[in-house]
Amino acid sequence: MTAVALLASAGAGSFPVLPALVVTPALGALMVLVLPRGRPELLKLVAILASTVTGAMSFWLLSAFDIGDPGFQFLSETSWISDLGIAWLFGIDGISLFLVVLTGLLFPVALMAIDPGHDARPYYAWMLLLEAGVMGVFSSLDLIVFFLCFEVVLVPMYFLIGRWGHGNSARAATKFFLYTMAGSALMLVGILALAFLHADATGAALSFDVVAIAESQSLSTGAARWIFAAFAVAFAVKVPIFPLHTWLPDAHTEAPTAGSVILAGVLLKLGTYGFLRFGLYLFPEASHYFAPVFLTLGVVGIVYRAVVATMQADLKRLVAYSSVAHLGFIVLGTFALNTEGIEGGLLQMVNHGVSTGALFLLVGMIYERRRTRLIGELGGLQKSAPIMAGIFMVVMLSSIGLPGLNGFVGEFLVLLGAFNAHRWWAVVAAAGVILAALYLLWAYQRVFHGPAEGDNADMPDLSLREALVMAPLLALIVFMGVYPKPVIERMEPAVDALVVHVERHVDGFSEPVTQMGSDIGPAADDHGEHG
Amino acid sequence: MAAVASPVVSWWALVPLVTFAAAGFLLLTMASLVRRPPAVLAPAWTVAAGVAVLGYTVPMWSRVGSDGASSFLAGAVGVDASSVFVTGILAVAVIAAALIAHDYLPREDLPGVEFYVLLLLSAAGGVVMASANDLIVLFLGLEVLSIAVYVLAAMHLRRIESQEAALKYFLLGAFSSAFLLYGIALVYGATGSTNMATISAYLARTVLIDDAMLLAGLALLLVGLGFKVAVVPFHAWTPDVYQGAPTPVVAWMAAGVKAAGFAALMRVFVLTFGTHVSDWRPAFQVIAAATVLVGAVVAVVQTDVKRMLAYSSIVHAGFILVGLQAATDRGNSSVLTYLAVYALLTVGSFAVVTVVGGTGDSSHGLDSYRGLGRRRPLLAGAFAVLLLGQAGIPFTGGFVVKLGVLVAAVDMGSYWLAGAAMLAAAIAAFVYLRVLVAMYLQEAATGSEPAGAVPAGALVVIVVSAATVLLAGLLPGPLLDIARDAVPVLVVG
Repeated sequence: MTAVALLASAGAGSFPVLPALVVTPALGALMVLVLPRGRPELLKLVAILASTVTGAMSFWLLSAFDIGDPGFQFLSETSWISDLGIAWLFGIDGISLFLVVLTGLLFPVALMAIDPGHDARPYYAWMLLLEAGVMGVFSSLDLIVFFLCFEVVLVPMYFLIGRWGHGNSARAATKFFLYTMAGSALMLVGILALAFLHADATGAALSFDVVAIAESQSLSTGAARWIFAAFAVAFAVKVPIFPLHTWLPDAHTEAPTAGSVILAGVLLKLGTYGFLRFGLYLFPEASHYFAPVFLTLGVVGIVYRAVVATMQADLKRLVAYSSVAHLGFIVLGTFALNTEGIEGGLLQMVNHGVSTGALFLLVGMIYERRRTRLIGELGGLQKSAPIMAGIFMVVMLSSIGLPGLNGFVGEFLVLLGAFNAHRWWAVVAAAGVILAALYLLWAYQRVFHGPAEGDNADMPDLSLREALVMAPLLALIVFMGVYPKPVIERMEPAVDALVVHVERHVDGFSEPVTQMGSDIGPAADDHGEHG
Repeated sequence: MAAVASPVVSWWALVPLVTFAAAGFLLLTMASLVRRPPAVLAPAWTVAAGVAVLGYTVPMWSRVGSDGASSFLAGAVGVDASSVFVTGILAVAVIAAALIAHDYLPREDLPGVEFYVLLLLSAAGGVVMASANDLIVLFLGLEVLSIAVYVLAAMHLRRIESQEAALKYFLLGAFSSAFLLYGIALVYGATGSTNMATISAYLARTVLIDDAMLLAGLALLLVGLGFKVAVVPFHAWTPDVYQGAPTPVVAWMAAGVKAAGFAALMRVFVLTFGTHVSDWRPAFQVIAAATVLVGAVVAVVQTDVKRMLAYSSIVHAGFILVGLQAATDRGNSSVLTYLAVYALLTVGSFAVVTVVGGTGDSSHGLDSYRGLGRRRPLLAGAFAVLLLGQAGIPFTGGFVVKLGVLVAAVDMGSYWLAGAAMLAAAIAAFVYLRVLVAMYLQEAATGSEPAGAVPAGALVVIVVSAATVLLAGLLPGPLLDIARDAVPVLVVG
């Protein structure tokens, strides 16, 4: 069944909410560009308005989302390059829903929290264009449109890092751009090869419809593995998977705070999401074939980067390394290829976005006050800024994975899934949890405890605006830790369908049955038909 | 008394050629009769000729569309949708070059009228190449086009680089013409004709027992035309000539000459020798891969923006070959689309280079671009769009055309070539980023000249090309539809 056929059955004519998610920020960017440059507060208002409207629409999706349905919802299609069968084809399922919502949440937060300082007009325009591109990646079901959005986000991010960053930001921005562009160079060839081979094998017209291609599985095993490899390199650079991560610490450290928040919170998810939607779903057999590679690299990344994070003298660099260490868990969960693992990975994507986003915001607030990020120059901040210290504590504990906060649920599910599938990898990865506790607590201790000297003694606490910006993130951290059911029940049908899809197309592979997995055993087969 | 047999002449199809040629000669005559012609006369005249030709392509296009392709003058000249398309590109390039030159020539204190005369004559030669139906006519067009450009390259009297560029271009161009002519001779020896349609028909019904002479002829034709479009290993002249020649001339060379050259390559190889595609395709594939990779890698280490753009034009030539070697309708239309968007990208870019180059046409180092984003936001913004378009970033026309040639290559199974092209695109992106870094992320060097107003002619070219490139990226449908219908065909006269 193709996405277009699904679209017909869904009944056209309803409000095209997914295109609106892309168009609203893009229009906002245009508006920002025509407004007079001398009125930064007006520019900011328009930018926040556009991103808030987008965020509100994405939250509306949460309630309008049909919980039991594993397939794609809110479908809409507009033809674009009809000659090649390329269309603006949008739709989301339980996998992309929360990434769309995360994007809708983090952009207004990042815009409200930090002012650019100079050149306000291009700054807001780039931020809004970035949001449009990211929304496009998460909601597009056409391979070419996906690729367009995947590539086009490089441009705003490049300028955001380069123009509003610190230190040697031009170099970091260039490194970021080239790494990711080189990574995805072969993906376009892979996409084209996939579409042509699919059209040849099925006799259908040329089409880049993800659903149609994934459901038909018409490629030979060899071709699918090659094309998967072309996709995987692009996603692996984006995630980034060890050892392709060297662009990230630089980009994070030199980026402005809002850039770091968006980079960690949203942009890195383009890679992990890509693995789910365009790796596992399009190439189940190849994903299974290559899974040991990614599991190993994921685990190596977790441990190696945790060790590196421990050694950092720069607080922002420490958070950056902890951020990529956590991404190793997502990779681990994804390639465990079972429901718990994927679900945990997906939850971790959202959690990581919220927690790491919040950590980068806090580091940015410290930097704004103290003009330094070196841990050695900070100390005793708890006395002068108790509220900031408290919030930092909660966010950090969520990042460590303390039970009762959001990080625990995701990490637990990932480790459970990995343990069921590949015991020893899970054991090693669990060491990463301990290391995370080590370096984050140690950093907290050095920055907030101890005697406060010099400027540290009279550092102002959070302003009302900053506290208000942090509030929704904190609320989410607690809410998802205590009551993750609303999130999980929306994810689960789609994740189950994905796992069933993988099982069906890989000979001799079946999901290891566990207590949690057993209730979706054989009956799940008819779910898969919707996918 | 028996009537003298005279060839049929379809005058309606000769209008672009006649317009360019007549405009050139009339301008020359006028300039020699009037003592002091107003400065605006020659550029206005040239732009008017370009606009007239561009406007005329519309009725011409619909006539070709309804009547089909045809040939005339005893089968020596043909008119088909692709020749109309390329004529349109040439007209746009003429208009752009004239607009850029209008400010450039007085600034450099160079003689005014000759530039436009030569530009128009060169364009006339390009039109002949795009509609040649006979290898000899093709050669005539090539020579008319080239000789005018040799002189144009030497226009800047007081710059020694300009003289050097012209001499290099002339010597190598003369050699390549000789290769081409020898190739034509060998092909004539193998097939008994120089008429492309006749050759094609002959090869379709005859199996040559010994095709060594034909293949040698093809190789020489490839060398001759390869020089004109600057593909590796026949590219070595490009950076020196682009760097030395007056910038408006470079804009014409990069946009116009290349379009005519690729139109000729397509007519000769894809159409005339389509039957021998399995012989020439491997050579084209190797050349295409070498061109994109060498061009991209060498571009990275340049510090002169004109040289960078020269190497980037080599990369583009390689991309066009990637589409051309497919030798399918899809490939041909991707080549034509690429030529159209590439023409816009280059004339816009070189218009910016002309403005930034300043008096003396010498400030082309990356340093001259430092802080441009702050000094001249509009100029820098448009240049950024054009550079991102050249890099093939999505939602610019540059991406659409790159996608087109890749689709054509993948469609016929050249995965490795498509992969090499994409890798080269990623490497080349660094080149464009270096200019962007200079413009936006570095402060202007102290003592750099204050921002002046961008001259009107160049401004029009820059803004229109940047806007069109964006539009083609967002709504590529119309362009792709036109290019799809612009299939080249050969008709026996």
